Amino acid sequence: MDITFILISVAKIIGLVFLTILPMVAYSVWAERRVSALIQDRVGPNRVGIPFTKIRLAGLGQPIADGIKFLLKEDFTPSHVRKGYYWLAPALTMVPALLTCAVLPFGSELFGIKMVIADLSVGPLFIFAIASLSVYGIVLAGWASNSKYPFLGGVRSSSQMISYEISLGLSIVPILMIFGQLNLSDIVMEQARNGWALLPLWGDRLSLKGFLLFIPIFISFVIFTTSMFAETNRLPFDLPECETELVAGYHTEYSSMKFALFFLGEYAAMIIGSGLAVTLFLGGWSLPFGWLVPEDGASVPFWMGALHILSFLGKVVAFILFFIWVRWSLPRFRYDQLMRLGWVFFFEIALFNILLTAGILLFVK
Amino acid sequence: MLQEYIPVLLQILIAGGFAAAALILSVIFGKSAARNPTKDSAYECGMLPVGPGQARFSVKFYLVAMLFVIFDIEVVFLYPWAVTFNELAAGAVEKGQNFFSESYAFFWGMTGFLGILFIAYLYALKKGALRWN
Amino acid sequence: MTALFYFFAFVMLAGGLGVVLTRSPVTSAFSMVVSFLGLAALFIMLHAYLIGTLQILVYAGAIMVLFLFIIMLLDLKAEEDRKISLFTVIGGALLVSVFASQIIKVVKALPAAAEAMPELSASASEDVKNTGLLMFTDYVFPLQIIGVLLLVATVGVIVLSKKELK
Repeated sequence: MDITFILISVAKIIGLVFLTILPMVAYSVWAERRVSALIQDRVGPNRVGIPFTKIRLAGLGQPIADGIKFLLKEDFTPSHVRKGYYWLAPALTMVPALLTCAVLPFGSELFGIKMVIADLSVGPLFIFAIASLSVYGIVLAGWASNSKYPFLGGVRSSSQMISYEISLGLSIVPILMIFGQLNLSDIVMEQARNGWALLPLWGDRLSLKGFLLFIPIFISFVIFTTSMFAETNRLPFDLPECETELVAGYHTEYSSMKFALFFLGEYAAMIIGSGLAVTLFLGGWSLPFGWLVPEDGASVPFWMGALHILSFLGKVVAFILFFIWVRWSLPRFRYDQLMRLGWVFFFEIALFNILLTAGILLFVK
Repeated sequence: MLQEYIPVLLQILIAGGFAAAALILSVIFGKSAARNPTKDSAYECGMLPVGPGQARFSVKFYLVAMLFVIFDIEVVFLYPWAVTFNELAAGAVEKGQNFFSESYAFFWGMTGFLGILFIAYLYALKKGALRWN
Repeated sequence: MTALFYFFAFVMLAGGLGVVLTRSPVTSAFSMVVSFLGLAALFIMLHAYLIGTLQILVYAGAIMVLFLFIIMLLDLKAEEDRKISLFTVIGGALLVSVFASQIIKVVKALPAAAEAMPELSASASEDVKNTGLLMFTDYVFPLQIIGVLLLVATVGVIVLSKKELK
């Protein structure tokens, strides 16, 4: 274990978490507000630009202003809360959310260094394991606030999250069966060479088997994406914080930076969830049609590595825009409908889907 | 392989440090204002709070958590199966036996396991454990 | 590496002590999560990557969530004010020391404990595949028994809470 390895890892962590995901969180909030304004025929935040000048930049300064505002607001801890857990809960929501990005391959190579923080052999399992810990932040926030709306919001939210964890876990099983891998870097490499899971148009997957496997993969993709919406508590699954019933759900009693950490954790989870969907179904960092696939052992030139990173980020941004679009297109579910969708429809379809994949893999040559 | 977990450890430290720093900085830089009883009360849409902060909730939530544990274990068994599926299938094809023979035990074993748990699921469904209205 | 082992062993034991020593049930449950996380890290340091990850996924992420739910469902105010009697403390300490001395004796008697662990082969890091290959060739029948066990658990859960459901 040498010092260069540690330094490179720290550089990758800072590069991905602080220079990519956190700015993406800030700007997806901005994009969310601008796009929802566009959809609802409003203007949205378009004022904040460069300070002391009249340059507005379509409101691109808004996230920075918001961040400073969060820092300067009064950090109020009501006296009826359970203090220790009240302080712990925001951190417990955010840390797992930021931790899950460790196994996502966000590029091929740059200067001969693999663009993934930790190339683990249990990739998606690691993400699910760490993501399952973020339930604690929400349960504890609801409980520690010692107030009715947060408590109900916390309970609702956590039981929704655990319900959809089942369908999320089942939905990726067909993908694992097809690739025979849990290592996300290898899954992406396989897709780069032989066709993305959702685009079997080149390489080995341009065959009858590949086309037939498209059916279970597409079903998996729909279940995975929908469960992701539910896991991140977004509309149409935002019952834990639906403002008409529960004010703001589990973070009603929070203010200032503690509230910001919940917000950050939620958006980071959404971005990393999109990243996982892109990695598993849309070829991760690879370009379509097998263009610019790095050879085994050959070094990747800088421009190609950079292009791969841009390709990954581009796909993730497209996914986030899809999240926002859905938010303003679908009405909210009722709680019984939500539970039925997760436990009855998705559970049964996902199980059937696994058997379908097994059948295709066994009987189609 | 174990070396790959060192970055995970580093990331735990960095992410934890970031959360701690954010909480501390907001205490340092945040505005402080006087407390008053109204501001200090639990938020209930501007009305005075009534009763204890913790309502007791339906046993349904507990039931869902319990069923979640059971079916989560089912999902966990599926992962090693899924990862080795192609390898086991290739081995079975090589032996050239019929689909109902012993070499396809990996397939029938999992089908049986899923079948037994599907009975459990149907039981839960029939008894209304997953009905919320 | 040895330093990391002692660190995670400490985390695990500290979590375990927290379960027993704290008054608030929520803190106890939470200490147990910490203990599980330490245990998961120890598994991973033994190159048992799958088991380590599942320790977090199933125990910390599913079973302890259930525990927290139960703690919140039942109002456990009484538990916090409970007096600890001297008798239970002494009895508990006695039991722990008897068990500990037994474990130490057994481990010392094992010939394998004196030797250093052999280096793992390269294929050992593919532990998910190895688990799958073994479980679905030689251990298909035990898998069915696990299925039946989970079925029984489901029936038990529903029967126990049936009164509430109606």
